Amino acid sequence: MVMMVTEVAAVNKQQVSTASAQSKILVDDLNLFYGEKQALFNVSLDIKEKEVTALIGPSGCGKSTFLRTLNRMNDLIDGVRVSGNITIDGEDIYASNDVIKLRTKVGMVFQKSNLFPMSIYDNVAYGPRMQGIKNRKVLDALVEESLRGAAIWDEVKDRLKTSALGLSGGQQQRICIARTIAMKPDVILMDEPTSALDPISTLKVEELITQMKKDYTIVIVTHNMQQAARISDKTAFFLNGEVVEYDDTNVIFSTPKDQRTEDYVTGRFG
Amino acid sequence: MRQAKDNLLRAMLWGSAFVSVAILFTIVGYLFYKGFSYISFDFIFGDYSPIGGGGIFPMIVTTIYTILISLIIATPIGILAAVYLHEYAKQGRLVRIIRYATESLTGIPSIIYGLFGAVFFVATLKLGMSIIAASLTLTIIVLPVIIRTTEEALKTVPASYREGSLALGTTKLQTLYKVILPSAMPGILSGIILSIGRIVGESAAIFLTAGTVAAMPDSIFSSARTLTVHSYLVTQESGDIGLAAAIGIVLIVIILALNLSATYISKKFNKADY
Repeated sequence: MVMMVTEVAAVNKQQVSTASAQSKILVDDLNLFYGEKQALFNVSLDIKEKEVTALIGPSGCGKSTFLRTLNRMNDLIDGVRVSGNITIDGEDIYASNDVIKLRTKVGMVFQKSNLFPMSIYDNVAYGPRMQGIKNRKVLDALVEESLRGAAIWDEVKDRLKTSALGLSGGQQQRICIARTIAMKPDVILMDEPTSALDPISTLKVEELITQMKKDYTIVIVTHNMQQAARISDKTAFFLNGEVVEYDDTNVIFSTPKDQRTEDYVTGRFG
Repeated sequence: MRQAKDNLLRAMLWGSAFVSVAILFTIVGYLFYKGFSYISFDFIFGDYSPIGGGGIFPMIVTTIYTILISLIIATPIGILAAVYLHEYAKQGRLVRIIRYATESLTGIPSIIYGLFGAVFFVATLKLGMSIIAASLTLTIIVLPVIIRTTEEALKTVPASYREGSLALGTTKLQTLYKVILPSAMPGILSGIILSIGRIVGESAAIFLTAGTVAAMPDSIFSSARTLTVHSYLVTQESGDIGLAAAIGIVLIVIILALNLSATYISKKFNKADY
């Protein structure tokens, strides 16, 4: 506990932050290498509980790579090395090898819907079932709760047993969110969740994210700066694998301290 | 000019399709024309009589034995090997060598496998000329086919399924069993169907390992004669093309029935999970 406090202090010195909310994820001096090539440089972030944190930056700046360090999805790639420290609720996530436990606590929604070729019900029940929940009533309740949580229950409640792949792109993405919620995670990572959606579906997902932050800590990678401005509380601007600036979203978009941030958010590059 | 080219291409495509279908129909038609009159209840379910006029029931039984035993051994080994190569093995030199070896194995003439089976299974392992020796030889023949097609099928499973499943806190084994293998099932199945064709069509390797005893096998350790071997011997001994054609018809029906049931089983298998 003492260690955590000093870490918070250390991070706060680096990034001037309104330390109102509780810290959820603390990233300290994170470096990541793909073989010989370094993709992340000394990333330190203090991600607050029950807030939406947006990661912005041009393509290839490392924001998705960073996101994937938080649930250790990068472990799937051969030759990835990580140094530095990531703690969630004070626990070092790279200390133990229990990625299963980590990933049940830190859910992830991907860029494109990756529902399985199963029914809507089975998609949402997939994670809990794999945890060993078999009781039909418990699963039924969990599926309904998750679909309601993803604001899609009313649209699909009469066709739970039909293939999930017959839904529209926006609906599929919300089922993906429901599938993640069904695991009852603390943190939800989203990797450009609306980049493949039309404006109306995007709006629905954005509304959903805004509602969800009362229950979850959300970290979202987005290409869309308006989206970051609309839905996030804090924004981190990534460039070439470094965090250039991390602050309250309204500060980043109105009075950024770094010239590069200003150039990016005003659309001068990227 | 462009229009003419387009028409020419269309004619060629149509022509190729027509030729391939026509060949198939000609062969099947010829078989039926020559052999259909031989087909009767006694022919199919009767015991073989060396003085002529007997049925082919022992050969049907032997053929089905060899198919089932070979598949029961080859399918799990083949699928597991492919899963290892594609999902678990570190993609390096060893895997490349294994892959190259399996590919080379598919190109070896079956008589070589037959000789190997005769030396190894029949003689060294002292299984004798028997259905089991033939089935083990056939297992080696179809193993590369199953490994190859299963690997191809695994390649077609989108990486996003893997990520999606693992991100939900599942183990690699759960992901494999619940998401990857069911998605790859159609491809794996086509490998099994190809294998059935290969097994049924095989004669040289079986001739050398199971022998030619034209009687109902007592057990899988008996020497026996499959339909293809029988068809070859009948033609050679008596020159009775009609009888051989009738055996051909029976073979086609067996293959068709097995393929249909394989498809049916896989559909069932898929539905159970979805």
